[in-house]
Amino acid sequence: MRIKAKLKGDVATVKLLIKHPMESGRRKDEAGNVIPAKYVTTVTGHVAGAQVFEVNSGAGVSKNPFIQVILTGRAIGDKIDFKWTDSSGATEEDSVTLK
Amino acid sequence: MNLTRRGMLKRVIAGSAIALVPFGAFAEWMEASFKADSYSSALTAMGSEGAVASDKVTLKAPEIAENGAVVPIQVSSTLENIESISLLVEKNPTPLTAQFKMFPGLKPDFKIRVRMGETSKVIAVVKAGGKSYTAESEVKVTIGGCGG
Repeated sequence: MRIKAKLKGDVATVKLLIKHPMESGRRKDEAGNVIPAKYVTTVTGHVAGAQVFEVNSGAGVSKNPFIQVILTGRAIGDKIDFKWTDSSGATEEDSVTLK
Repeated sequence: MNLTRRGMLKRVIAGSAIALVPFGAFAEWMEASFKADSYSSALTAMGSEGAVASDKVTLKAPEIAENGAVVPIQVSSTLENIESISLLVEKNPTPLTAQFKMFPGLKPDFKIRVRMGETSKVIAVVKAGGKSYTAESEVKVTIGGCGG
């Protein structure tokens, strides 16, 4: 995933871009077979083990999901750990350190 | 790794805090809500039937989306004691699209891109203090984003 964070005072604006097909289970391939559903269901954010963010998502989120989150009370050096999980159980973790 | 006593303590405390909340209310993906196939059944599954419109919920969506596959949405709220903020696309096969949970230090102001199969209302549902509040916006879609 790609994470961009901007810290202004103690407010961090974080943009997440997840590379994921977000298959809704309603699309068909060229042979006419239904492509099975596979989409991101949960994205979480933690700072030093404390949860600061969570979104649950359904099949209606666009391919390669983009999410913007705003966190307050943050400081330079804070490391935010993000993790997504999809409907097949696949996960990816990445983090950003505020500067 | 640089192991100091303070660092170790922090890790132990953080670790035990996570262990104390084993997949509680936070970690659950609300399958019944996300798989509900109509706006009203999604609202019921979310426990938000009887939601009322509120000017303390702001939904920003384009009036016209040329490409239904990528519709940028922004939702924010000035309500107190927010528990969650959900986005629903009324005419999508499964209307509930995203549900943001609230945490201390998280601003109730999110952006996300959603798919829309056809022209539809987009509804934000904010749960706060045990009640549900909504704001809605109609988005005209010229090319749908859900078909093959």
